[in-house]
This record gives sequence, structure tokens and C-alpha cells, in this order.
Amino acid sequence: MPEINHQSPKKDVPAMHYQGRMHALQKELINRWYQDLHGVWENQQGDKKEISARGAVSLMISGNCIELLRAFDLLPIYPEINALQLAIRKQALEYLLKAEEVGYSTDNCGYVKADMAFLLEGASTGLQTRIPKPSLLLCNFVGCNTYIKWFEHLAHFTGAPLFSLDIPFLTSEEPTPDQTAYVMTQIKELIKVLEKISGRKFDIDRLREIVSLSAQAEDYWAKIKDFAKRVPCPFEAYFDSTTMMGPLYVYRGTPEGVKFFQETYREFEEKVKLGIGVVPQERFRVVVEAPPPYPYFKVFRDLFTSWGACSVASTYSCVGGIWEFDFRHDPKDPLGSIARHMLIHNVCNRNYLQRYRQIERYIREWSADALIIHSVKSCRLFSAGHGDMREYFSKTLNIPTLFVESDLEDPRYYSPAQMKNRFDAFFEALEHRKFGKTSQGTAG
Amino acid sequence: MIYASGVDVGSTQTKAVVMNSDLKILGRSLIPTGANVSRAAEKAFPLAVAEAGLTAQDISYVVGTGYGRYKVTFGHSQITEISCHAKGAHYVYPQTRTVIDMGGQDTKAIRLGDEASVLDFAMNDKCAAGTGRFLAAAAEVAGVSLDEVGPLSLQATKPVRLTTVCTVFVESDVMSYLAQGKKLEDILGGVHRAIASRTISLAARVGIEPEVTFTGGVSRNVGMVKALEEKLNVKLNVSPEAHFMGAIGAALFALEKVLWKKELSPELT
Repeated sequence: MPEINHQSPKKDVPAMHYQGRMHALQKELINRWYQDLHGVWENQQGDKKEISARGAVSLMISGNCIELLRAFDLLPIYPEINALQLAIRKQALEYLLKAEEVGYSTDNCGYVKADMAFLLEGASTGLQTRIPKPSLLLCNFVGCNTYIKWFEHLAHFTGAPLFSLDIPFLTSEEPTPDQTAYVMTQIKELIKVLEKISGRKFDIDRLREIVSLSAQAEDYWAKIKDFAKRVPCPFEAYFDSTTMMGPLYVYRGTPEGVKFFQETYREFEEKVKLGIGVVPQERFRVVVEAPPPYPYFKVFRDLFTSWGACSVASTYSCVGGIWEFDFRHDPKDPLGSIARHMLIHNVCNRNYLQRYRQIERYIREWSADALIIHSVKSCRLFSAGHGDMREYFSKTLNIPTLFVESDLEDPRYYSPAQMKNRFDAFFEALEHRKFGKTSQGTAG
Repeated sequence: MIYASGVDVGSTQTKAVVMNSDLKILGRSLIPTGANVSRAAEKAFPLAVAEAGLTAQDISYVVGTGYGRYKVTFGHSQITEISCHAKGAHYVYPQTRTVIDMGGQDTKAIRLGDEASVLDFAMNDKCAAGTGRFLAAAAEVAGVSLDEVGPLSLQATKPVRLTTVCTVFVESDVMSYLAQGKKLEDILGGVHRAIASRTISLAARVGIEPEVTFTGGVSRNVGMVKALEEKLNVKLNVSPEAHFMGAIGAALFALEKVLWKKELSPELT
């Protein structure tokens, strides 16, 4: 019997976002990285502190070759991480508007705009640290040609030297021998540049050790991803994987990186043994395609958790590399495996049909009920072709597919009410399809 | 007898329906939503209850739907208008396989399976192109009421081709055609065709399969019905209740919930 009252109804089941040891460790590692970068910045200002880093190099996440930098004691700067940190701290709009004032168009990549404005505003992170001037801009443009313009702009504004690694896009299953040779030649040229800027001679045995540490972390990472095949799934393979991506790209090739993934593996192993899922009552298992809307990261996650939905696999967690299907960096062939990693074993440099196969494997082997595509307005790299992808999965394969669109950086593209409406409608239908009953709706 | 209600709070109008457990519609109401969304729901609900000859205490369950569904503060649960339109359309036309719902700020296409299950849906993005708002913008600049645009468009002999489906730019497009001396009927014919094209490209994403049921406020516009039928080459189901389809679906869900609970807890009867 309804009684009219003026209290707001409960909108959702209380959303529980898992916060484990992994999250604390990740924070610690990322803070340490920022401190290390700050040390480089301080020395650039005239301090003479004892630091192990011989400088910092800007490079891109996609298929990143962090191992090469580590071999010369160079720290990475990831402009994409600068941008996403601003978005997650809800500062993106301020920087986007500054970039637009400078002359960037609203249609430009949100990451580019936020990072350029961040640089122009002094590159001060929210952690009381500064990002140093890069010794080199290493544009490893794997699959995204916006990177070239981004790095050209960074070169213009910082005056740092620019080295472009031209990685041919993978239009077939395997690169041609010529393509591999082309990349190997560039890597050798890059090594000479890195020797010059670091003042350190290249040592192949040191690189072997670093690559060996990468392979160890990759082993744990692959096993962690394998845990997501369990029911219930012990971690969120989209949102929690995003958290794990930081150490994967910044600390790969270091003992700290191995330790992080080893401890995370043990944490999730424990959860698997105890049968503890990341959502209290796992009702739906989904695969997610494309980056998250960072300005609404938690709100977006709530849309999943409020329906008892857990991501069991995501393509976004593979932008820096795909390790769940057997690829590892190889100490016996360090340079060759670095080339293969950039050419083949990351999601950005692979063609769309390969991405289809990857998602199909996820759906099959990770026992998913549905696919969710979060298309990104300002990222054509990830989003061109999403309409076809939706058609292929929903019509050809008859897999329930939700297509939503906003942006990874720009909060202006995100409409909370519309997004919630689409998710609710999708899960109402999925509930009917999976459990064969009338939707219970959301509790009022 | 058990009574339940569905309250559909749309961007422009709020609709409420009261049904009994024989699935008969006993009362309905329709009011402008206005700025206070909760208030609109609170006003529409008692109007429908009164038309049904009942009191609020007689209503066992209320489902809120539409964009303002969470503002139906007296509702027992909320279900999206996608599920509700599918449910309502299937109730009125059981052979429905595709629903085209055109409201004030959004247009959606829904593919139905058996028992009103939603197989797929597509909606316009954060943009009112090709929605009721687009028609309202064209009507305003043409200096006619929203009720007139449909019938006038039927008199078009040479419909113009609009250069845009943008709700903002449609005004300058219409003004430019008026300045060129084009007939108002032909301009409005063009407006309806532009919306129909955009709607069909949206519906094609989910796959258009007959029977096609047209719901939402714009389904009352005869010009829109004709434009869609011409483009689709199928006859649309358009019920006199089309405007209430979301609220009907919500009331049906509400009844299911009461009856489902009743099976579990006889004391509820």
C-alpha cells in the first residue's frame, strides 16, 4: 500500500568495491615512482641528491618497452598516466578547458589535451611532487598515430629530443620478416640514443636480467588473469586490473614488480581457496571492451556491482601487453622478444578481427554472459569499429552486448542518468535471459 | 481483486496507469512533468487512482519507470522504460517484435523475443536529434502548434531535404526554407522524413522485424506514423494507449510482483 513520502528511495544495492592488499601496495609503488621522478626534477633544479635514476624518458603505455629504459637506469614518464590521474581526481575538466583555450579542438584526444595542459601548468602532481623534464621523448606509437602529434607537441614545449619508434600495424596474424627486421633496426638505433642520454654503456646481460624479471611478473599476471575463470571471480578484471596496470607498466623488469604480482597472486589465491568473490553475490559475468570513463570511475563501477555483475576479462588490461595467451619476454632473446611484444602481443597494435577472436576466447574460456563495450568519444583508436563489433557479437554470435559511449578523460561526455538507464535496461534483459524470470528491477 | 499501478515519469510528460489483476486498465492520467519531477509523480498517481474509482490504499504495488523513475518516491521498485515499453507493447500487440518509442528527449528501438523479453535495444546518445524535441523546435520556428505539424506534413507534395537532424540547427534550416518561399507543408514533410530516417538507422542496429509497434508521445503524430511507415514499408501498430505504453508495462510488472509474492505469501491477499 503506497504512502507518499518525500524521502529519496534507495537507488542501489550498497556498492562494495574490493580494497585489498593489492590496492595498498599499488598505491605505495606508484607514490614511490612519483617520488623517484621528483628526485630527478629536484636535480634538474640544481640539487645534487644521490639518486639511482639517470634521467626520465616519456613513452606510451601501448606495447611499452620499459625494459630498455631500465637497462639504462632511466625512469619512465607516462603522459597517459598523467592524464588519467587528473581524470580520476576529477581535475580533468579544468585542464581540458585550459588546453582548449590554448587552441586544442574539443574533438582532440582527451588524454592529449589534459596532458598538454598539465605540462603547461607546471606538471605538478596531486602528490606534492613534480614530473621532471624528460631526457628523451620516446614515441613508441603502437597502434595509435595520435601519439606522433602528441609527442611532437611535447617536444615543442619541452625542447626534449624526440625518437619515434615506427611499429608497423599488424594487419595479419604475424608480422612479415621485413617488419620484424625493421623494428629490430630501430631498437638498435634507440639503444645508441639511450647510451648517449644516460651515459651508460649497453649491457646485454643486464637486459637479460631485466627481461627475466619481466617474465616472472608476467607469469604471475597471467595466473592472476586465470583466476578470473573461477566462479565466483576473485577480483574485478576490468576495474581492479586497471589498478594493477600501473605496476605492470612502471615496475616491469624490477624486483619490486615481481614482488607486487607475487603478493597479489597470493592474495587472490587465498580468495579462490575460500570461495570469496569480488562482488558479494555474483550474478553476471561480463567481458569489457575499451578504457573506462576515468572521471566517473567509481560511479561506472557501481553500475556493474549494483547488479551483481563482475568483469571477468577486459581488453583494456591488454593495451600494454597480452600475457594471458602465453607470450613472455625472453631472457634468451631479449631484443627479439621486446620487438615481438611491441609488434604482436598488445591489443593496440592488433587488427580488429584479432580483437574479436580475443573477446570470443574471453567469453568462452572465462564463462562470460555478455559483452559491454564502452566506446570512447575522443579515442578513435579504440572506438572506430565498435558499431561493427556490437553487430558481430550481438547478431552473429548472439551474445548480449551493451554499447555505451562517453569518454576516458572528458566528463562532459558522460551523462550519469543515461548511462544508468542503459545499464539497468541491459541487466534487466540479461536477468530475464539468464534466469528466465521477470526483472526484479532495482529496490525502491 | 488486486490493483497495481505504473508511473512513467518522462522528460516532458508524466503518465500513470492503474490496472487490476484481470489486466484491465481502470484509470490513467497524463500531466506535464515540469521542473519538480517527484511532484509530477505524486500528482499523476492519485489522478489515475481516482479515475479507477479507487483510493491509494487499494493499490498493492507501484512500479516507477522513465527517466524520473527514482523520483517516484512512493514506488516499490523501479524498472527502466525499455523493459516497460516492451512489456506494454507486447500486452497490447502480442505479436510485437520491434518497438519504436519516440519521446520528448529520446528515441529508442527495442527488439523483443518471446514473452516480451528484451533481446536488444538502441537509443540516441546525449543529443536530442531525431526526437520529439526536434519536432517541437521545428514547429516553434514554423509558427505552428505541435498538434498541427503532423497533419500539415501529410499535405506535403514535394518534401524538402533537411541538411541536419540537429535540434539546434533545424531552426536555421527551417528558416532558410521559409525564406526561400518553400511551402510550410513541404518543410514539415521534410522534417518528419528526416526524423524517420534517423530513427530507422537507430532501429537497424537492433534489427527491424515485424510486427513493429510505435509507442511514446510522438506516436500520436499522424505525420510521423506515415513517414515511418513509408520508410519501413510496414504498417505500424499504433494503439490509442501508445502514449501510456511505458506506464502500462510498469503496471504489468507491478501486478506480476504482487502475484508472485502472493504465491509465496498467501497472507498478502
